[in-house]
Amino acid sequence: MSKEEMLNLEARFERYVAEENKVEPKDWMPEKYRKTLIRQISQHAHSEVVGMLPEANWISRAPSLRRKVALLAKVQDEAGHGLYLYSAAETLGADRQQLVEDLLSGKAKYSSIFNYPTPTWADMGAIGWLVDGAAIANQVMLCRTSYGPYARAMVRICKEESFHQRQGYEIMMALAAGTPEQKRMAQDALNRWWWPSLMMFGPTDEHSPNSAQSMKWRIKRKSNDELRQEFIDKTVPQAEFIGLTIPDPDLKWNDEKGHYDFGEINWDEFYNVIAGNGKCNKQRLEARNKAHDEGKWIREAANAYAEKRAKRESTSSSVA
Amino acid sequence: MSQKDNWKIWEVFIRSKNGISHKHVGSLHAPDAEIAIKNARDVYTRRSEGISIWVVPSDAITASRPDEKEPLFAPADDKVYRHPTFYDIPDDVGHM
Repeated sequence: MSKEEMLNLEARFERYVAEENKVEPKDWMPEKYRKTLIRQISQHAHSEVVGMLPEANWISRAPSLRRKVALLAKVQDEAGHGLYLYSAAETLGADRQQLVEDLLSGKAKYSSIFNYPTPTWADMGAIGWLVDGAAIANQVMLCRTSYGPYARAMVRICKEESFHQRQGYEIMMALAAGTPEQKRMAQDALNRWWWPSLMMFGPTDEHSPNSAQSMKWRIKRKSNDELRQEFIDKTVPQAEFIGLTIPDPDLKWNDEKGHYDFGEINWDEFYNVIAGNGKCNKQRLEARNKAHDEGKWIREAANAYAEKRAKRESTSSSVA
Repeated sequence: MSQKDNWKIWEVFIRSKNGISHKHVGSLHAPDAEIAIKNARDVYTRRSEGISIWVVPSDAITASRPDEKEPLFAPADDKVYRHPTFYDIPDDVGHM
């Protein structure tokens, strides 16, 4: 294909997505669109998978059976979400085994939020309410992303996520209405998770060089700053409702803008955790590798069983 | 994921209730059809989304090519006489 023909195809593609048409797996797409999506979808999948770890810690320590079944179902959903997303990445030609290996070796990135520790039960509340809340803001936008299989995975995920956020908020609500000690625990969790949750939306628009292209391709529909603002505006009243305080002295309603003003985010911390220096980066990867290694025998057993059955079926059919 | 060759990709189709056809919902990996069904149950029907599952090896599906869209489907576009609205029937005749 000549360079001119290629440019024509790219121009046609950009017009096509700008007119809100969806792209399906076998359609022609610019190589960079494919690569951007594989990177984004696989990071998203890895985040779901690693996202199980901070919560898994509390399944056996949940304070009641009601809380335990809810947490268990939430963690199971996250495994499912990881699988929907890996499938979507595969429709673009990515290799599942390679994706998994990149996560296990530490080469691939996942959301930095999961490199923070979960020392108390209130963290289960804060994660559901804030971390899932922030994830939902992003995922609702992605339900309208231009790549069909990714958008469809997001629709399923969003339907399931709303229970995650509600169960988290309910935990916070119960603690905030409990003994002074329980309320302190809830406030402490909010203090620790608030800022990392705001960082989940990524760098500010001026420091997010790839955003413009993603918006042009309709992969992203809203900017990082827009989504962050939406999340803050929605969450502040929820904190007030249960009598907890957002740990930001600069947080103030701005009547003129119709939004909350908020304080400076510590971006050094953000980049430091991405670089691998968060409190739990090492621990998370070790846990993931351990789980993978310990599951090896079952993958092998499934293979052996499938082979044995296939052999038996081929002999019995040849006899018949 | 050792011996990945055995874990082929399966496309999953779910019937949500009797009276409705099976609908494609996504894909998954499994070593054989039996485990593919079990995995599909866990991955795609955690909230009573289905009463019946089909799994089909992805490589068993033959698909039309996107670049053949034009020759395949364009011939139907100019055949308005295949639609009921092409025929002029007076309103007085009533619903037909």
